Amino acid sequence: MSRDWLRAANSSPSQRPLSVSAPNEKDGVETSPAVSDRIAKTTCYMCACRCGIDVHVKDGVIRYINGNKDHPVNRGVICGKGSAGIMQHYSPARLRKPLLRTGPRGSGAFREIEWDEALSIATQRLSQIRATEPRKLAFFTGRDQSQSLTGWWASKFGTPNYAAHGGFCSVNMAAGGLYTVGGSFWEFGEPDWDRTKYFMIFGVAEDHDSNPIKIGLGKLKARGAKVVSVNPCRTGYNAIADDWIGIRPGTDGLFVLALVHELLRAGKIDLEYIAAYTNAAHLVIQNPGGADDGLFLRGPGDLPLIWDSERNVAVDAHNADVRPVLTGSYLIDGRRCVPVFQLMAERYLDEAYSPDVVAERCGVDAATIRRIAAELAHVAFEEAIELPVAWTGTNGRRHASMRGRPISMHAMRGISAHTNGFHTCRAIHLLQVLLGTVDVPGGFRFKPPFPKEPPPGPKPAGKDGGRAMTPLSGMPLGFVSGPEDLLVDDNGGPIRIDKAYSWEAPLAAHGLMHTVIRNAWVGDPYPIDTLFLYMANMAWNSSMNTVDTIRMLTDKDGSGEYRIPYIIYSDAYYSETVAFADLVLPDTTYLERHDCISLLDRPVSHADGPGDAIRQPVIDPDRDVRAFQTVLIDLGARLGLPGFVNDDGSAKYRDYADYIVNHERSPGIGPLAGWRSEDGSAEGRGAPNPGQLQRYIDNGGFWHHELADEQRFYKMANKSYLDFARHMGFVEKPEPIIFQLYSEPLQKFRLAAEGHGDLVPPPDHRERLKAYMDPLPFWYEPFEDSSSEKGRFPLHALTQRPMHMYHSWGGQNAWLRQITSQNRLFMHRKTAAALGLADDDWVWIESANGRVKGQIRLVDGVNPQTVWTWNAIGKRRGAWGLKDDAAESNRSFLLNHIIGDRLSGDSRYSNSDPVTGQAAWFDLRVRIEKCLPQEIGFTEPRFDRQAQPPHFPQPAESLSFGAQFRGRSVPPA
Amino acid sequence: MTCLPASTEKKLGLVIDLDTCVGCQACVTSCKEWNTGGEMAPLTDVDPYGGDVDGVWFNRVHSYEHQTESGSSTVHFPRSCLHCEKPACVTVCPTGASYKRSSDGIVLIDESKCIGCKLCSWACPYGAREFDTSVGVMKKCTLCIDRIYNENIAEEDRVPACVAACPTSARHFGDLGDPDSAISQLVDRRSGVELMPELGYKPTNRYLPPRERTSNFGSAAPALQPLQAEGGFLGWVDRMLSRQ
Repeated sequence: MSRDWLRAANSSPSQRPLSVSAPNEKDGVETSPAVSDRIAKTTCYMCACRCGIDVHVKDGVIRYINGNKDHPVNRGVICGKGSAGIMQHYSPARLRKPLLRTGPRGSGAFREIEWDEALSIATQRLSQIRATEPRKLAFFTGRDQSQSLTGWWASKFGTPNYAAHGGFCSVNMAAGGLYTVGGSFWEFGEPDWDRTKYFMIFGVAEDHDSNPIKIGLGKLKARGAKVVSVNPCRTGYNAIADDWIGIRPGTDGLFVLALVHELLRAGKIDLEYIAAYTNAAHLVIQNPGGADDGLFLRGPGDLPLIWDSERNVAVDAHNADVRPVLTGSYLIDGRRCVPVFQLMAERYLDEAYSPDVVAERCGVDAATIRRIAAELAHVAFEEAIELPVAWTGTNGRRHASMRGRPISMHAMRGISAHTNGFHTCRAIHLLQVLLGTVDVPGGFRFKPPFPKEPPPGPKPAGKDGGRAMTPLSGMPLGFVSGPEDLLVDDNGGPIRIDKAYSWEAPLAAHGLMHTVIRNAWVGDPYPIDTLFLYMANMAWNSSMNTVDTIRMLTDKDGSGEYRIPYIIYSDAYYSETVAFADLVLPDTTYLERHDCISLLDRPVSHADGPGDAIRQPVIDPDRDVRAFQTVLIDLGARLGLPGFVNDDGSAKYRDYADYIVNHERSPGIGPLAGWRSEDGSAEGRGAPNPGQLQRYIDNGGFWHHELADEQRFYKMANKSYLDFARHMGFVEKPEPIIFQLYSEPLQKFRLAAEGHGDLVPPPDHRERLKAYMDPLPFWYEPFEDSSSEKGRFPLHALTQRPMHMYHSWGGQNAWLRQITSQNRLFMHRKTAAALGLADDDWVWIESANGRVKGQIRLVDGVNPQTVWTWNAIGKRRGAWGLKDDAAESNRSFLLNHIIGDRLSGDSRYSNSDPVTGQAAWFDLRVRIEKCLPQEIGFTEPRFDRQAQPPHFPQPAESLSFGAQFRGRSVPPA
Repeated sequence: MTCLPASTEKKLGLVIDLDTCVGCQACVTSCKEWNTGGEMAPLTDVDPYGGDVDGVWFNRVHSYEHQTESGSSTVHFPRSCLHCEKPACVTVCPTGASYKRSSDGIVLIDESKCIGCKLCSWACPYGAREFDTSVGVMKKCTLCIDRIYNENIAEEDRVPACVAACPTSARHFGDLGDPDSAISQLVDRRSGVELMPELGYKPTNRYLPPRERTSNFGSAAPALQPLQAEGGFLGWVDRMLSRQ
């Protein structure tokens, strides 16, 4: 018992060592073998969760990887993916050297070239584009964690055509949160796992926040807190929930607003909280048909006004002395005005949102909806908690304690991947706020640098479409507040190749990567020259309508030239997309590189304080590969981009590590917040510190600042926290962050659609904008559900990510693919019986977009109107270092093939949320038909084998990894 | 045939919480990762990138559905050696390769004595033995005997790899022979069970059954009643706020 007894092998206090010496068994077992020569602490990249890992290296080979106990994300635990990192690092699918295409696109025919040649080719091409029409470079990155660098590079290059993968991932969750409460699920918020008593989880498989959710569920289970899962599929987390609500896909918003209906009807809402922290009292002008209809009544300084019932005048909403009025209707200077709350009450008390009305459509009976509402009310108002921590509000008011309503919620892909996802996400935040559970003890908590003003600044740059040799005025991605911030031309047409921030997707805060290939192929809004992609499998599982996407990538015009003239791709592995590139820049594995997990991007903060982290090279590459970010910085210097070169034209940064330490985005603020200033004494702001990376390494690979007790809750109005946030550069002013239950920016788009203002949408977009840019959350049918094809395709079809796989990466992993190498279509037993199907049958899964073939597995734990499968198990033959007989390319199927990339009801639009442009993967509807006897045993469609690059290793026949580490004598041969 | 010790000083084993396990496979791959370089290294994988892939794993998780009184439920069931008190795999071993340690009760294989006859895998009703075709010997869970006493790693880390990895804290390690150990008390508190006790092999490991699903948790939560206030809901709002 020599050590701190509170510390165990991981975050769980129950997982304790024996603390005894080895007994003298005399059986010759070596109980104390040396594990490694050295341990390097870095950041995992087996998914996007960013856990801290300890990498044990022996004789230059990775022996073992475990979770870093001190790390704020995973606190010592590690998941099924992270534990298989060795096999990812040593994958035979690793690219070895830059490649230049020699055969037709998609064939996989390449020759190896030197880096100098590769970079010269890229520089020549890109510099020509930059000198003429920079927007002809479309630069889109995948699941990378360096968007503050890549976005800055695009900005300096001068192209507005930049985004990362958020548009096809979870922008509905990000935008829904950031426009409403100034934070979001996962990245910018988390449940108060230590105090919550009632946890609702909507539409979550392993999408995001892998280990923190698991650690949290473990804590809830240990404490006996209740877990309610709302999900069509009863897998993973949903399987251990106390209550599984097997909802029909795309109806979560309706379910949530029925809960709101019940809570309002019973008066079970936290009025004091609503009045203090939201815009519920803001006066909304009621002037139907007028240019100011639905806008806030504003006074001096353009500040919103509220009604002062004592003096019967409208006053500044920030006036702390006024008792806010939430109801009524007032005639002010000749204008009829009502508080936001009045509008909310009218909408959600309507019978359309009553449990009896919504039950059938949701597939959840009315009694269950009423019961959940009653439980929420009970926990929020009868089981409230109080932390004995005094704090001061931004209004100067001192509170003796922190009151908490211990209900928390988390939601992800099942909400976001529908055409109604933005409003559904807002509906969930609305429910949280009405219960008074946002950033209170036991509730949903913000992770610094959030909350920020909803929506946060700055606006997207690139209005002029990009000019030759000229950087953009700012970063390409941002948050619009109204039509004036859109990127549209004089005719109202899109400026960006992905049509983000156009009338088709006004709040496209993450861009629409899933539309780029089609738009570039069509030349709509204009043709491009070069498509530059990083780490996104756009020729396969990251695109909808894969069959056509492949056709577009390989299609030629009348003169025999590819319609997408040039494709540069960087990846570490031989994915399906590599085969379609003209120039391949091979990246390193995650254990061979520097990275920063930055507060400027997606940091490792948790609710008790901000944090950031690094990756450091653990092993030297044994291939001729370079970290993509270092290559990008090199390209920036070769192109002479401002910020990447010194005055004399020489490269400003040696490599990514140099950039991480020395780049300043604004004075004193750089990629890493820890150990700034010459002596490393500053946090957040300070001059670059040449020893910064070493300080991170010495500290276990991360920096983390613990907030003072009084700063940990009510961050949206906590003076001490907001003063700190101002110092750190998280917010510009230490002013309260008002939750926007009513979103005025949305109403501005509606007014434009009614013809008001200087900037109005082209007529053919107006009805859609009027319908969906509603300032209050509402529910509408996912678009494919209201399509005329609905009757032909009676079932919903979804995918989930298995907990042990991260998209297509997992399939190359010798260990992970033993857990899943063939995906089945999971189907309810009753549904199958009605179709005459039995377990293991081969079926056609058909949508309006085509059909794929796979094998079914019957279960009870799924909504009967839903079928689902594991995502991205199916592979193209020849990809990922797999042999030709691998199950992945013979028996597995990719549902992407049959997900349309356009709306089936209106092919002008991409298959995306009309507000944010989020890819609507889960709107898919299908029908199932049994295969003919001669059709069974193999998947369809199948594609030509992609050839292997030169010097690619043959896959091993057998793997005895680890034999070299064995401590005791080798066994007999 | 191989003899068993009459008793063991300790009964080291695992307790696995089926109420908390989400089936994430962390224990599966962390076990593989540690042990493929550990006491029984390697845990060979055959045809690792092909159609007939198969490998040696000391721990596997099975997910399946079953019927309970309150309906169908999904269970994630991690399966590894249970380090039985009366292990048939040991008593059938013709060479003494399989043995049970008298100190801590861990069931091990001395590979130098294993002739690969597979009698042990036929005898084990729990399917816990794994034959490594590349070397022709049987392999199995060692309870991370090269971790739990390992003086080359920090004391706090001296637990089996599967336990250290488990993100939901569904896995626990300790001495089940000591009624006062934290792990024994956990078994008492949660009514932990042995698997197939009727077979008489007396497994050391215990499983904590899924708790009753509390869909009636709201018994303390009375049904919501609509406000009967004058002026309806909005009247109630006005009065509530004017009270503050």
